Amino acid sequence: MNRTGKAVPSGTWVQIETTVLEPEERANHLPEETKKCPLMLWVKGFLEEDAEIGQEVTVRTIIGRSLKGKMIAVNPPYEHNFGRTIPELLTVGKELRDLIEGEG
Amino acid sequence: MSGNSYSEVMGRRNEIMKKALGMDYDEFEGRGLLFDYEGMMEKAGYSIEEVRRIQAETSVGNTPLIELKNLTAAARKLAGPGKGARIFIKDEASNPSGSFKARRASVSCYYARQKGYKGVIAATSGNYGAAVASQANMRNLKCIIVQEVFDSRRIGQPEILEKGRKCEAYGAEVLQLTVGPELFYTFLLVLEDTGFFNASLYTPFGIAGIETLGYELTEQVRKICGRDPDAVLITNAGGGNLTGTARGLIKAGARGTSVIGASVDLSGLHMASDRDFNRKSFTTGHTGFGVPFCTWPDRADVPRNAARPLRYMDRYVTISQGEVFYMTEALAQLEGLERGPAGNTSLTAAFSIAQEMEEDQVIVVQETEYTGAGKHLTAQLTFARENGIELRRGDPMDQVPGKNIIIPSDPSMIRAKDMNMEDLRRSYIRNSLKNNNLKSDNLSMEEIQFLAREISKPEDIVRSMLKEIN
Repeated sequence: MNRTGKAVPSGTWVQIETTVLEPEERANHLPEETKKCPLMLWVKGFLEEDAEIGQEVTVRTIIGRSLKGKMIAVNPPYEHNFGRTIPELLTVGKELRDLIEGEG
Repeated sequence: MSGNSYSEVMGRRNEIMKKALGMDYDEFEGRGLLFDYEGMMEKAGYSIEEVRRIQAETSVGNTPLIELKNLTAAARKLAGPGKGARIFIKDEASNPSGSFKARRASVSCYYARQKGYKGVIAATSGNYGAAVASQANMRNLKCIIVQEVFDSRRIGQPEILEKGRKCEAYGAEVLQLTVGPELFYTFLLVLEDTGFFNASLYTPFGIAGIETLGYELTEQVRKICGRDPDAVLITNAGGGNLTGTARGLIKAGARGTSVIGASVDLSGLHMASDRDFNRKSFTTGHTGFGVPFCTWPDRADVPRNAARPLRYMDRYVTISQGEVFYMTEALAQLEGLERGPAGNTSLTAAFSIAQEMEEDQVIVVQETEYTGAGKHLTAQLTFARENGIELRRGDPMDQVPGKNIIIPSDPSMIRAKDMNMEDLRRSYIRNSLKNNNLKSDNLSMEEIQFLAREISKPEDIVRSMLKEIN
């Protein structure tokens, strides 16, 4: 909490969301399942004023552009990883070694 | 300034492009379907010596050529007597941003700096984003990358999420979008707003940057093997990698080298589909880009595409997703090289094609790419499983893109499948007529000569194709 009583202080690294095109504004010749969805955009930047999650805000991007949108995350993390073990791949190396070292 | 509706912005595209490219493509246009390709490449591109100098300034290129002795031995076990070419791989992952795309970005960023632009923008969900961001830093330019990342559930391919992270690691502003070709609309708006350079993959700069790759690998093969490469395998998507590499081979004098494109078979999946978007495990190097860009290159984000693969491609093969994952694992396990899956598309095809070739011949896989969290076969296969794709060992012949991924039960099942080049060439000619509103029986001599160069076939073949189309 800060002087304005809002949860996220100005200067915080946040992510904003905007709707670029509503379904009816989208290009022709799109597959039906795409056409019925809005075209959405996300970008990160430094919050320009104290605000709450879900509020319309202005951010200053890392290269200094000023962009507006709904704040959806604070210090957004990277969560992609190496995934699970894939048992189907575990023996590939041995199979090939056996092939190379085998007769013929 | 007029309005920003979809149709208004698309209507301004030529004007926006002219400013964002610092060149006017009109000067290369001719009557009807004519356009001066070589003139454009000469005037707007750079010589191989200039490109080498530009790339040396930012530590791009001069990557190692590694002989894959164990994979060659495995291929020879499967091939007939006396068959099984020596397989080499150009380790492009050792470029500053981890892929050959640094070559393309290096020339664009150099040009943008020379022309006084303050920054560069690229529309890409691939390795090119990180390449532009990295080169932009070295040239003191700002950078914006526009990516297609999420489906409407806001679920993104781990591979693309990683590519976005890497751009942000280099200090780029990353605009992440949901599925749809209107990414181009956002791209145009940002170009207009910033006045930055359009570091498109498809400018003459983007292609000139790859010519050094074909040139270098020829020099390296000559030094190691005392001969020219017999075949070069190139992963094909937008056609730039193939076009640039082939032009480099020609500039190095390797005229007898067979240029073979390879793409992952994603037939049946629609590239603009919100549903299909996360049902594929390859976001590039696949037929969803490879075929449409081959048969109509000028669908790109520049007025004329400098990547024109049918001019250079001798053969075009496809390979399945499961086969590429198998070879990615094989490259790590047999050769000690852990590299990203997408770059191994051409390696997989090479493993199969090497078995058709003689033992004393040389086949070169011209790229690798970096790997890491998200951009790794275990990450991508985990994601596929979570999205309902069946994963199993079996015969890759049974693969259905978007439904299953089949890791071959045996390396003998890895087989590159030939696409019909005649169909691709005919399709190119049909698209060229359609997009220029021309009739097949009404072309000038110059136009027929131009089409012959575009599909790399004699004029009489063009004439007979035109008759069939009529």
